[in-house]
Amino acid sequence: MMTVPINWYLMLGAVLFTIGAFGVLARRNVIVIFMSIELMLNAVNLVFVAFARQLHSMDGQVAVFFVMTVAAAEAAVGLAIIITVFRNRETVNADELNLMRW
Amino acid sequence: MHHEAMAGAPTTVHFLWLIPALPLVGALFNLFLGRRAGRHAVGLVAPGAVGAAFLVAAYAVVQLVGLPHGAVLLDIAWPWIAAGTLQVDVAFRLDALSAVMVLVVTGVGFLIHVYSTGYMHDEPDYARYFTYLNLFTSAMLILVLADNLPLLFVGWEGVGLCSYLLIGFWYTEEANASAGKKAFLVNRIGDAGFLLGLFLLFWNLGPGTHSLSVSEIAQHAKAIPLPIVTAICLLFFVGATGKSAQLPLYVWLPDAMAGPTPVSALIHAATMVTAGVYMIARLNFLFLLSPTAMTVVATVGALTALFAATIGVAQTDIKKVLAYSTVSQLGYMFLAVGVGAFSAGIFHLMTHAFFKGLLFLGSGSVIHAMSGEQDIRKMGGLRAHLPVTYTTFLIGTLAIAGIPGLAGFFSKDEILARTYASPFGGPQLWAVGAIAAGLTSFYMFRLVFLTFFGECRADEHTRHHIHESPKSMTVPLMVLALLSVVGGYVGLPAHWLWGNRFEAFLEPVLGEGLHVEHLSAATEYTLMGTSVAVALFGLAVAYLFYVVQPGFPMLLAYKAGALYRLIVNKYYVDELYDAVFVRPTLAVSTWLWRTFDVEVVDGAVNGTAEAVGASSSVWRRWQSGNVQDYALSMLVGAVAILGYLALR
Repeated sequence: MMTVPINWYLMLGAVLFTIGAFGVLARRNVIVIFMSIELMLNAVNLVFVAFARQLHSMDGQVAVFFVMTVAAAEAAVGLAIIITVFRNRETVNADELNLMRW
Repeated sequence: MHHEAMAGAPTTVHFLWLIPALPLVGALFNLFLGRRAGRHAVGLVAPGAVGAAFLVAAYAVVQLVGLPHGAVLLDIAWPWIAAGTLQVDVAFRLDALSAVMVLVVTGVGFLIHVYSTGYMHDEPDYARYFTYLNLFTSAMLILVLADNLPLLFVGWEGVGLCSYLLIGFWYTEEANASAGKKAFLVNRIGDAGFLLGLFLLFWNLGPGTHSLSVSEIAQHAKAIPLPIVTAICLLFFVGATGKSAQLPLYVWLPDAMAGPTPVSALIHAATMVTAGVYMIARLNFLFLLSPTAMTVVATVGALTALFAATIGVAQTDIKKVLAYSTVSQLGYMFLAVGVGAFSAGIFHLMTHAFFKGLLFLGSGSVIHAMSGEQDIRKMGGLRAHLPVTYTTFLIGTLAIAGIPGLAGFFSKDEILARTYASPFGGPQLWAVGAIAAGLTSFYMFRLVFLTFFGECRADEHTRHHIHESPKSMTVPLMVLALLSVVGGYVGLPAHWLWGNRFEAFLEPVLGEGLHVEHLSAATEYTLMGTSVAVALFGLAVAYLFYVVQPGFPMLLAYKAGALYRLIVNKYYVDELYDAVFVRPTLAVSTWLWRTFDVEVVDGAVNGTAEAVGASSSVWRRWQSGNVQDYALSMLVGAVAILGYLALR
């Protein structure tokens, strides 16, 4: 059976992570930024799983479960914050959410 | 000298702590409840607490006397300081020396408390006055009962504090407040010396743990090198010159007369100012090791006795005369301990407490009668109006002048005789003491003649109000007058009747003092005759000047111009200290404040704040508040760290 070499997984992970990072830094819509963060997390998950298989260790897969749990919690809290912000400010544009400055 | 071995272990008791505690309870009562409880309660509690302390002290002394000669009662109340090799207890010690002191302090203290209830009758701040007075008594009792030097120092500082509080009791007048401050500051100089002496002693006690108790110091004293013993003794003596108003630190005591007169009697005549003498007597074994220190003590004492007596001659304030007289008499006590006649010093301390307490209380009675007037030039003829005050005051004067038969004669004669015979004294110091005795007699009779004899020189209004003081004031006067007469008979010259019982009583603590050849009876009687003659001469001159020829002193003062001005202005010592110490210190302090503190210290602090503020106003632009900017910097940082880790 032909196996996909680990490099491919790593490269795909790197590409997804970069797209996510770019999204976080460049996009203005908070919801999109939020989605980009999920993308970065999943890029990392992919690398974990790939290494777990390569190294025949379940540690990586366990880490993935933790990441998914945290991501779920984060999604719940994050979306709640975004909704509250929207109710108060009527915007989800990150540039306009800059009260925390001098 | 090391009698503890002789008398065996000290007898442990558990009630000595009550003696200082009772007046302390009185002080706390007066402090917290005095105003609410009212004058009557305060007037009962304050003297009552001291009276109770006297009864406990008397009980303790009776128990002490019942034990074999040289016994010691020891009350270790509780452990106090345990730090490394220093293990100090709150421990009280009653031996012959502290027995004498504790009876004088509580006994005379009680009389003065009673007197105060009359003297301070119209004082609005009655409770505060008795709070301080009770607190003072407590501190003084801690001082005399302390078994170790750190505890003695607690009492030492406590009496200093109360002295300050009571001198400035009427603090609304600037002069009184600054007199208190002066007393406190001058005493600090002495106290610093005391503390340094204590440290030096502790360092040199050798290995092992130390409690700094008197008996322990006595054990180790001989092992300390002589130069260090001398240094320790001299430092302790610096402390004594502050507390006991000796040259050169006597200047605070005359100013201390700003306080209420019973305070002058209790603190600045009978008890506190004798603390230095007591301390040296307590440490007699240490001082005896150092001939240098003994000579210094004796010389300073003799010079102070003469110096202060000459100033006393020209003072016109009734209390100031007594103040300089106190300085002079304290000089006698130091002369005594300095020549190794410790028991004679303590003897004079006791008789002085009686007659000087009496004289101060008598002057208070006079001032009371004169509606607050203190200038003896405006008195006169009070003999007829104040019979009790006059009689008792005269007895006190006869006692201090050294007229045979009264207390002062025996103690002063003992001191002069011992001075003559001692290697640290000798005929020179004896002569200084004898001249001072003559001056004492002169200025005291001058005071009596100006105050009680002749025509009354007061204005009409004051004269109209002259009245004898109430019973609460005259009864203590009578008791003290009685003591001023009979107090001397416990210490008769060696071969008279029962001899010197006082010295025999103190011998276990003070030893026989210095072993000197006893003077022959002929020499002793010659010395005695001389001092009596000198005293009578002083009396006669005073009588001539102030009764027979009242115009003569003026003429003399005029003739002696410069000398008279020198004495009236107290040798300009205050002015000298002001120019040499006070003004330069103030100038330096002002400079430190205006220049160093305001410009350098404040400048540095404010400068730091301003520099931080200025740089912040630049750097705060970095904080855009935009989350994505922060995320970018995190990314850059993460990449930089990873890059470093990858490439290093």
